[in-house]
Amino acid sequence: MNTTVSPLAFSLDGSIAALFVVLGLGVMVSRQMLGSLRFFMWQSVALTASALVLADALQAINLLWVALITFSTKVIAVPLVLRWAAGEEIYGRREVDQALSISASVLVAAILALVGWFAVAPVLPILHGTPFALLNLPTGLIMVLWGAFTVALRRESVAQLMGLLIMENGAFFGSIAIVHNLTVIAEIAAAVDVPIVALVIGLLIRSIRRVTGTTRVGGMDTLHER
Amino acid sequence: MNASWLPALILLMPFVGALLALLNRRAAPYMTLLAAAITLILAILAALQVESHGLLTGTDGLFALDALGALYLLPVSFVYFTSSLYAIGYLRARRQEHPAGTPPRYREYFPLMNIFALVILAVPLVANLALMWIAIELTTVFSAFLVAYEDRAEALEAAWKYVVLTSMGAMIALLGVLMLYYGTHAIDQPPTWDGLLKAAPQIPAPLLLLAFVLWLIGFGAKTGLVPMHTWLPDAHSQAPASVCAVLSGVETSAALYMLLRIYPVLASNSGVHDPAAWYMAAGLITVGSAAFMLLQVHDFKRMFAYSTIEHMGIILTACGIGAAVHEQGTVYQLFAHGFTKSLCFYAAGLAGIVFGTQEIAKVRGLISRAPAVGWALVIGTLAIAGAPPFALFLSEFEILYTGFRTGQYLPTGLLTAFIVLAFIALAYQASRIAFGEPATAADGRPLPKVRLPRTSLAAMAMAIIPVFIFGFYLPPPLAHLVHQAAYLLEVHG
Repeated sequence: MNTTVSPLAFSLDGSIAALFVVLGLGVMVSRQMLGSLRFFMWQSVALTASALVLADALQAINLLWVALITFSTKVIAVPLVLRWAAGEEIYGRREVDQALSISASVLVAAILALVGWFAVAPVLPILHGTPFALLNLPTGLIMVLWGAFTVALRRESVAQLMGLLIMENGAFFGSIAIVHNLTVIAEIAAAVDVPIVALVIGLLIRSIRRVTGTTRVGGMDTLHER
Repeated sequence: MNASWLPALILLMPFVGALLALLNRRAAPYMTLLAAAITLILAILAALQVESHGLLTGTDGLFALDALGALYLLPVSFVYFTSSLYAIGYLRARRQEHPAGTPPRYREYFPLMNIFALVILAVPLVANLALMWIAIELTTVFSAFLVAYEDRAEALEAAWKYVVLTSMGAMIALLGVLMLYYGTHAIDQPPTWDGLLKAAPQIPAPLLLLAFVLWLIGFGAKTGLVPMHTWLPDAHSQAPASVCAVLSGVETSAALYMLLRIYPVLASNSGVHDPAAWYMAAGLITVGSAAFMLLQVHDFKRMFAYSTIEHMGIILTACGIGAAVHEQGTVYQLFAHGFTKSLCFYAAGLAGIVFGTQEIAKVRGLISRAPAVGWALVIGTLAIAGAPPFALFLSEFEILYTGFRTGQYLPTGLLTAFIVLAFIALAYQASRIAFGEPATAADGRPLPKVRLPRTSLAAMAMAIIPVFIFGFYLPPPLAHLVHQAAYLLEVHG
């Protein structure tokens, strides 16, 4: 594996990682469902771009497939599937409830970023032959944590779904720097998995709206021990 | 027939079952039953092959079934079959509760159940770690609408919590899976269990530990480990009993299967200090919490869901106790739990039909009103609580005995206390349901007899057989398979 890469590739990937983080923060704090969805789509574009940069820098053909699959599933298929499954409401411009204020959310996000960094720091020096891991792996883990926090923070079903999807983006952003060789069958399966998840959760959102009259899931807490 | 085709055929059957169920809605229950019956036969044949040859591979390395996988495959295919039989009458009986005569999701049930079974069956059959992760992720996706079968606000709430919590877990586990992918690739090993074990001593310990922590949180959510367990009682209180049997009996074990298999990988790496402590801590917290929750439970389906949480914790703790307990403890508990828990839910589902409620406080005298269901509930509860002469008694006794024998007094003492507490709670709750004077009608006359579906009674009777027989007799090939499976959890060399 070629481990000497150009400084341009590093700076490009660094810029993309920064953009990836900012867009993730956008998904987390956006007050509108449409905004949240758009931030997710642009974040998926950033993931595609990172895969392309790494494919070129590392001469890893498989990462081209990852880029193609990411773009076609997350930027194109997921919004279409959601529109079909969950209905037009997700494209309506409406406010999204969340459990914390934006400033408190950003503070928690900063703490989670530190946690993510410290968790992955001992691993970075031992990842041989993976020059981009220093950028991508901490960024990816931070996004996984932010996605989980988004799910906990948001009370809207669509916004919670966006949290799940940025967790997946985070996992792939981190792993493309260390794994360039997923087998074709695993790549195809991963490509099919995301739209299926979006489809089923979209249909569930539609059912929730039909039965309860809203896509707000924060108030669904009738099931517990007395 | 060439045995290498067996894994592909096992997965083909539920796929064909789903297609036929979609094409002919009227025959869907019977097509599902047929597909499940053939799957069970094929799974037994595959397990026999593994028992003879140690490993069954197929389709250019796409599939690899070893003894531990085969031992998990058997309860999965058995519960798929009995659940399909149970659902035929049970879902019809439940129809009467709906004003329109048919629940809105009745037509979707059988195709979804087949696909759900397919992805669970894929977990022990596929060789590649990434494909295993995808299979586990899809178990949630394809069972979401089975949990939401009743299409009420409560059922949708349960389904939403289930999907969100377990999908979050899956995303966390994904990063761990891909880290292990790197770990095997860097040492020129394939991303399979065998490759991972061979690579384990050379994978950098911090990487392995980080991947494991991600697995423990991620797959732990799916397994129902405390504190990520909250979806489990909610989903089980709302899903039909035929779905609960699969969810509790074998689906939660799919993620636990992953956590068990990573144990020898961790233990083979000298840089990972005392992985057993992680297993014992996570297991004991889970068992202890579940035991206390069993005391305050008010719904009998939730009661069995907490019992599942308890058992996941027992198996994890047993894994941590060590190699001496694997054969008759860890592995056997994983195997026997699937059969036993399905029996509990089959009885609970029929009790729900008899009483029209799942509230423990509102039901009395099940044995008087429906003796077969009442006794099945008592047997199921005693079996799942670990009473003799049932299968789980053997494994729980072995775990505790070995724990004390090897000097692990504190974890084993705690485990004993929690198991005893759970036993008391389960026995107390089950006795309230089964015994006593049944409720009467407003005019004081006995309530009319409820006609119970024969297929559901037959499925319940079938589920009792392994629960009882495996308590004192294991056929020699199965005993050998258990031995081989335990060997896979141990560290060699």
